[in-house]
Amino acid sequence: MQHLIHYIFGIADNCLILGQRLGELCGHGPSLETDIALTNMSLDLLGQTRSYYQYVAKLQGAPATEDTVAFLRTEREYRNVLLAEQPNTDFAHVIARHFYFDVFHLLLLEKLQHSNDATLAAIAAKAVKEVSYHKRFTSDWVKRLGDGTAESHQRMQDAIDALFIFTDELFQQTDADLAMIETGVGIDVTVFKEVYYNTVRDILTEATLVMPESPYFRSGGKSGIHSEHMGYILAEMQYMQRTYPNMTW
Amino acid sequence: MTVLTPEIDARLGAILRTVSDPEIPVLSIMDMGVVRKAELNGTVAEIAITPTYSGCPAMDVIGDEIKKALAVHGFTANVELVLAPAWSTDWITPEGRRALEKYGIAAPLDPISDKDALLGNRKLVRCPQCGTNNTHLVSQFGSTACKALFQCDECLEPFDYFKCLK
Repeated sequence: MQHLIHYIFGIADNCLILGQRLGELCGHGPSLETDIALTNMSLDLLGQTRSYYQYVAKLQGAPATEDTVAFLRTEREYRNVLLAEQPNTDFAHVIARHFYFDVFHLLLLEKLQHSNDATLAAIAAKAVKEVSYHKRFTSDWVKRLGDGTAESHQRMQDAIDALFIFTDELFQQTDADLAMIETGVGIDVTVFKEVYYNTVRDILTEATLVMPESPYFRSGGKSGIHSEHMGYILAEMQYMQRTYPNMTW
Repeated sequence: MTVLTPEIDARLGAILRTVSDPEIPVLSIMDMGVVRKAELNGTVAEIAITPTYSGCPAMDVIGDEIKKALAVHGFTANVELVLAPAWSTDWITPEGRRALEKYGIAAPLDPISDKDALLGNRKLVRCPQCGTNNTHLVSQFGSTACKALFQCDECLEPFDYFKCLK
């Protein structure tokens, strides 16, 4: 059961933290349409997070609720990848971060909807439809900026280069992942690693961008060792529940 | 795909028809296809609803509205949220599609046309105001997660298009 919960965190915490990051952009998007799009995608991700956390709360039993799972864990108990917590710098970074994640997320959900675990399969079958829209949106922006002006091309390339070192972590599997793959609940993500990088390369090529190469990759989030950004995210996200325990709207 | 016809008790169905989606007030939740079960045991109604999108903020309100509407008729409702099978725009009834169009929201196209329209390849989305297909995509995401924003090139009105979800 502990393995199952950790496995779910490995998926759901990405949705929570990336959803929180996108939510920070509410009212700050570069244009009204992109602002609405980013927050819509945030809403989708947080909706998916709620479904996963409701399931975790059920597995843990009272007094756990989706809110305690979301708000009352310590930093090391979050299992999201480092990619998800990277800050909102310029719009190209926001798009690159989400693009790298979307391509992975869609491949994962396509498999997870056939999981042996009926609840995870149902959440994935629902989410896969939403995420296919996200991937379309971010791929589209990678192309528009990459194949845009000299300035937008350079900034998109810089963002793609800067975040590339976080992509390998998506394919690192923890003990919980391996245990869940064994039982047919979890998905062996290494089987689509090649498809992932090929898809990324194809879209970058269409965007007139260069596929980055890196001799090393960063990781740690999946085992709870996060970057310096994570503490700030949690401080803002958890503030209300920590200050006013059990507060509800 | 398999379209599962939900089991709806006729008495409950008539009451549920008066409950609408708070974000699209002209559309009853029955025509929206979100009610997946409505059984009556004595005075207790067992209702199952499914979200259009995972993060749909209307679900809590819809649950409360269902309870209120049934209470008026002396029924106590247990409302359960189900995720499987996932909601599809195919479940919007023909009356529902008409209500959407009348309200100014273009009804969803089939998946292939939908993709073409959202990628801006072909002009397929009909303006609910003046009826022309001469429209263009403004944003893939509109006022809610389930809609995209279009503008008509004839009457110039902006309008929402209900995205196909299958």
